[in-house]
Amino acid sequence: MSGFSTHPDHDFDVRVHDALGNEELRESFHGAMHFLRDKRRSQFPDLDALEALRDRGAAIRDRALARLPDLLEQLEKNCLRNGIQVHWADTAEEANTLITDLVRSIDGKRIVKGKSMATEEIGLNTAFEAAGFTCLESDMGEYIVQQAKETPSHIIMPAIHRNKASIARQFHEQIPETPYTEDVDELIGTGRRVLRRAFAEADVGISGVNFAVAETGTLCLVENEGNGRMSTTVPEMHIAVMGIEKVIERLADLPDLLRLLTRSATGQAITTYFNLISGPRKDNEIDGPRQVHLVLLDNGRSRIYADRQLRETLRCIRCGACMNHCPVYERLGGHAYGTVYPGPIGQVVMPQLFGLDRAGKLTQACSLNGACGEACPVRIPLPDLIRRLRHEGVTHEAGSPVKGHGRQRKAGEALIWKAWSLIHRTPWLYSLTTRFATRGRRLLPPLPQAWTRHRAPLEPAEQSFREMMARRGDSPGDQQ
Amino acid sequence: MNTAEIKRVYLFGTCLVDVFHPRAGMAAVRLLEREGLFVDFPPEQTCCGQPPYNSGYDEQARDVARQVVERFSDPIPVIVPSGSCAGMLRHHYPSLLADDPLADAARGLATRTYELHEFLNRVLKIRLEDKGEPTKIVMHTSCSARREMGIREDGLALLGQLKNVEVCEPENAEACCGFGGTFAVKMSDISAAMAADKCEAIEATGADQLLSSDCGCLMNIDGMLRKQARDLDAEHLAEFLWQRTGGDAL
Ligand code: SF4
Repeated sequence: MSGFSTHPDHDFDVRVHDALGNEELRESFHGAMHFLRDKRRSQFPDLDALEALRDRGAAIRDRALARLPDLLEQLEKNCLRNGIQVHWADTAEEANTLITDLVRSIDGKRIVKGKSMATEEIGLNTAFEAAGFTCLESDMGEYIVQQAKETPSHIIMPAIHRNKASIARQFHEQIPETPYTEDVDELIGTGRRVLRRAFAEADVGISGVNFAVAETGTLCLVENEGNGRMSTTVPEMHIAVMGIEKVIERLADLPDLLRLLTRSATGQAITTYFNLISGPRKDNEIDGPRQVHLVLLDNGRSRIYADRQLRETLRCIRCGACMNHCPVYERLGGHAYGTVYPGPIGQVVMPQLFGLDRAGKLTQACSLNGACGEACPVRIPLPDLIRRLRHEGVTHEAGSPVKGHGRQRKAGEALIWKAWSLIHRTPWLYSLTTRFATRGRRLLPPLPQAWTRHRAPLEPAEQSFREMMARRGDSPGDQQ
Repeated sequence: MNTAEIKRVYLFGTCLVDVFHPRAGMAAVRLLEREGLFVDFPPEQTCCGQPPYNSGYDEQARDVARQVVERFSDPIPVIVPSGSCAGMLRHHYPSLLADDPLADAARGLATRTYELHEFLNRVLKIRLEDKGEPTKIVMHTSCSARREMGIREDGLALLGQLKNVEVCEPENAEACCGFGGTFAVKMSDISAAMAADKCEAIEATGADQLLSSDCGCLMNIDGMLRKQARDLDAEHLAEFLWQRTGGDAL
């Protein structure tokens, strides 16, 4: 299970079709998204304060990105000083090899993993399987989807597509001596029992990183279940994996970002746990890991970084608000995208990481309604970026920084837009065309089936507006 | 802009108004003229370039955008009876033409572009007197009007002046109707799922009529309502305002 398909475009239409036909899924997502939106709204009663906070959040992220290379060096230096070993990985493969080697170095076999999108992105679980390790997801949602051999359908709520009856069935069938119950507390208790044992036995704990503070060499981890704390403190070795963009300048940047993150993500003012990890167990301490490793993952991020506009992608703090507000995600759920990051941020990140040839079609699944951009706590102009990637997809311009640019271009479509442009640049031709559309409206070829399958055919007016205006002569300004 | 100084405005008709809702265009003209303005309608205008722009065909969009900038060159307001086309001129031309010789002109145009109802309400501050029978209408504000232009209030404020008109918005009013230009055709099933929810919410209001100031949304929602043989008329806001205030036939 690599966590995503290697070619998200492939069969995208089939997955969309299936998702739209799945009543249960549509109902779950509809309900969940509305619940999350309402909760988030209730956390920001003062809209002006929210806008000011978003400004500060965006500025903090921008400031950090402007100095990204410096900050990463500073982070490395301060982490080393704290006893955290730092590793750099250019690609997913490099990261996987590095991490499996670290596990081997202590002869580790059993691994627990807290929630981490970066490790989903690199397909770490698959690499572990290949190496013969067992890695248990310890976030309850992740645990549920892992056990079902599925992938997460949301970056914050991995099992949001599942209802309690199906989870009850799964636990009953897959966890020995578990009676069937739909009682949520009991279900959580069952999961917790399994996980507790795994924590106690694990040699290595893997986690993600929400923010890494350059000035102090501190790793921050936000969570609600305590599994992050367990994974990072109980096993001998803790390996944290983070995308290089997650670094921030200073501790003082944290409060604003945290406020934005938890409120945007789950509508919580704060989360149950907030971990600040500053190093391995010291000589005089009785618990904590003996080794802490930080893997700094590039995996295409420096390429994104190189373009001024696309760089805004890297402001993302992975809160998931954009998907919660996206009308397309609401109808499809996360799996239809075939990517680790679904929804608007997925549509922007994945084509840049994978290449437009493999994931460019995702950029079409957007009506440019702007809800995501309005929700994003760090003001990433997601609609603009989606449109930019559409442009990159159909243009062969030399020097484009985006992988696979031009590969979504279709000759027929390009021709249509050329003809369109000619008509709309040539008034007499435009006039003729509209006249044909209005006068000859009964002669119009039936519109593409895509429109008429769901809607009545379009009916042009009998006379165009320009004709009405022409007939009328100049505007009698003083009429009346 | 000082209202007293405005004697003349441009009208940018938009291609959808031109072909599908010409009476909305006429209503816009008449509403502006009734306020004593001279409405200049450059006859050579066509479209704002949004369709290719949103599809990523910048070059083709630019070719059309240049003509708009040139045809609306006098320093007077440009009035657009559509939120998304107004948004195109105001928010996207400056970046689309940033490296063009017309860059300055495009930025200038952006600052004097208004959506019709925004202009009527905020700049002209028009007063409307309702001359119609009691009715209940449901107002759909397009995503561009709501988010890009920030003018949701303007349409509602104008309607609010009509004493016999009860105005409501559908549940989840901020949700996209699924039009999105070529999205409606390219991702037609997703678009239809969105439109279906919108139609349901609109109908649930029990309103007599649906209004919107964006022809794209109107086409989309009305197209689905008609396909489903539902009994609810859809009309452009400008046309409704003109008729309710005693304007003669368009
Ligand atoms: S793009 Fe914005 S809204 Fe979406 S996950 Fe990232 S920070 Fe959150």
